Amino acid sequence: MRGDSRRKVYLDHSASTPVDERVLDAMMPWFTQDFGNASSLHGPGRKAEQAIEDARETVARILNCQPREIVFNGGGTEGDNHAIRGAAWHMRHAGHGAHLVSSPVEHNAVGETLLQLSGVQGFTHSLASVDRYGRCTPDDFVAACRPDTVLASLMLANNEVGSLQPVTKLARLARERGILFHTDAVQAAGQLPLDVAALGVDLLSISAHKFYGPKGVGALYLRSEIPLESSQTGGNHEGGRRAGTHNTPLIVGLARALEIAEQEREENVAHFRRMRDLLVDEVLLRVPSAELSGHPVERLPGHASFVLDGMDSATLLMHLDVNGVAASGGSACKTGNPEPSAVLLAMGYSVRQASGGLRLTVGRSTSEDDIDYAVNVLAHSVEKLRRLVVAT
Amino acid sequence: MSKRVVVAMSGGVDSSVAAALLKQRGYDVIGMMMRLWAEPSANGPAHNRCCTPGQMADARRIANMLDIPFYVLDTRDVFRRQIVDFFVEGHRRGVTPNPCLECNRHIRFDWLQGHALALDADFLATGHHARIRRGQDGSYQLLRAVDLPKDQSYVLSVLGQKQLAHALFPIGDYRKSDVRELAREFGLPTAAKQDSQDLCFLGDGDYRRFLRDHAPELASSGPILRRDGMQLGEHSGLANYTIGQRRGLGINSSVPMYVVDKQARDNALIVAEREGQGTLKLRAERFNWVAGNPPDVEFAAAVSVRYGAKPQPATFTPIGRSEVGVAFDQPQIGVAPGQAAVVYADETCLGGGVICSTE
Repeated sequence: MRGDSRRKVYLDHSASTPVDERVLDAMMPWFTQDFGNASSLHGPGRKAEQAIEDARETVARILNCQPREIVFNGGGTEGDNHAIRGAAWHMRHAGHGAHLVSSPVEHNAVGETLLQLSGVQGFTHSLASVDRYGRCTPDDFVAACRPDTVLASLMLANNEVGSLQPVTKLARLARERGILFHTDAVQAAGQLPLDVAALGVDLLSISAHKFYGPKGVGALYLRSEIPLESSQTGGNHEGGRRAGTHNTPLIVGLARALEIAEQEREENVAHFRRMRDLLVDEVLLRVPSAELSGHPVERLPGHASFVLDGMDSATLLMHLDVNGVAASGGSACKTGNPEPSAVLLAMGYSVRQASGGLRLTVGRSTSEDDIDYAVNVLAHSVEKLRRLVVAT
Repeated sequence: MSKRVVVAMSGGVDSSVAAALLKQRGYDVIGMMMRLWAEPSANGPAHNRCCTPGQMADARRIANMLDIPFYVLDTRDVFRRQIVDFFVEGHRRGVTPNPCLECNRHIRFDWLQGHALALDADFLATGHHARIRRGQDGSYQLLRAVDLPKDQSYVLSVLGQKQLAHALFPIGDYRKSDVRELAREFGLPTAAKQDSQDLCFLGDGDYRRFLRDHAPELASSGPILRRDGMQLGEHSGLANYTIGQRRGLGINSSVPMYVVDKQARDNALIVAEREGQGTLKLRAERFNWVAGNPPDVEFAAAVSVRYGAKPQPATFTPIGRSEVGVAFDQPQIGVAPGQAAVVYADETCLGGGVICSTE
């Protein structure tokens, strides 16, 4: 079989989503017509400022926090950096200690930031262990904490295997110990409630392009009592917490996208779940040796991930792509030197298994036909690869 | 549905134009680059000369310009096992192996072609300067390139019918200057990579240093002997010498002496004067016949013993399926065991094998 070369199926919504037309409509006037600098004193400036403050109120309402607790920024990575660096510096400066806690399944935006803080900036950190599903139990979390721990960062939902962390429980344990708690909610936004009061977190980062908003814009929730240093030095924008001219259209886009995602979350999630469950069932049925990775139930509604023992993730993705199916693997790699997924390794998979990760994430437009086509291509590719590529 | 072809892209002008020509001819083209093994370096990740980050970026950019998908395949393990280990092992045995031929045999036209076919491609195309012709009997012939000085059929002499049936060399029909002109017409970068004799996987281009590091026993000193067994001096390790070398031997001799053999078993370097040094006969093993079957009688042909060497008239005697004897009309110099003897009938490459002995 050779796939229909015109057929395109996008199953990588965890990597990015298209901008919703309604979001684009909301953004458009702010590029050309109402282009004023929100920091300017004049009318066009005030107009932009108002749009940004409206956006802040919208986001705050959905996150159940005060508008001043929202900092707009350039995306998830910046939010994670700012939250961790800023909170760590602040806590050390206040004399509380310099130990940080995280997990081995965090996004690089968290992991690499911790490494830098520990490597050159005098902090130390511990990684709480995770179970077979990539989840950190309350006991594992407490075991990683020390009297001088000042900050913990654990993601709400994992990007690679979709598992949900018991953040509400972990955040409560942290608060009891005077530890600030940050959660990377980049994958969760649009699929899970983001009520920061219910979650009990101190810091939370999101990124618009994961919920049908534009790329290059994110928001950080920052509990008001925490005085964070500015993520970069410059003007007094965002209450002195993020210098740089406001990107009005992107901020408007983020707020509109989050608003739509929240309003339609129930029906979206029902659709994601139906498509995802169909996908998982079909893959497990039709692809020999495919194993679901991550938690079978406590996972993102739109997220399916597998381990294909003996498959090379990058080669498999190439086969899917050539046949029009966009997916991703354990570790994004375009330079031919893939490493086994650190997340899968931390979950206890072997190097061989951790080299064969596959992630398929559905979205609003995913149809049963898409799933059917994608699983056909996947089954065919796996079969071909097992048979034809010389086992050298 | 149009035929699908995978093009091995290097970021250089030849493979880029190959991809562009195939795209223009209506093929469903997919670009690929192999990430090959390279010697680990102290300062940062290792990069094989065939796939540096710059070349990877160039190839990716060209693929995007041509609107074809582009992938990089992790070829490090198989390359290390099949090519680098082979290279070191050859030197251990005292021969001068040709990794480029082995790379075509095992990597491009086994591993990569296997990947191409698994991807439902009909062909693997490369930017080699050589041609393929379909004979009247349906068989595939390997021909020298139109641009003879650029001909690369020598390193492709390892291919057989199975490989050629699924191979395309679009550049072989053009002169190098035409290829550059085509690149301009296609709007592709025309900067040529510097042709290099260095092996692609070396960190610093110094293969003697590489051998000392990877096969330390090749650095142990031993005698320099004349053919008659008389010792003329001491060598610093067989890895440090090449067949045909004259300078730097450090021996006392009234006439110039050349390295003619390396005897790994006795760790001896054999030297001889120019007269009598020429090779009149050789035997080659692991012989590949492009057509599939060896001819059953001896025949006159032309034989090339080094990449880029002009084929020389010789008589050719098949010895069984995979061994041949070659008798040159004139003595040849610089014939090194481990290199390939490749046989031509006019512009047709009939096959090649690895030189195992000379006299």
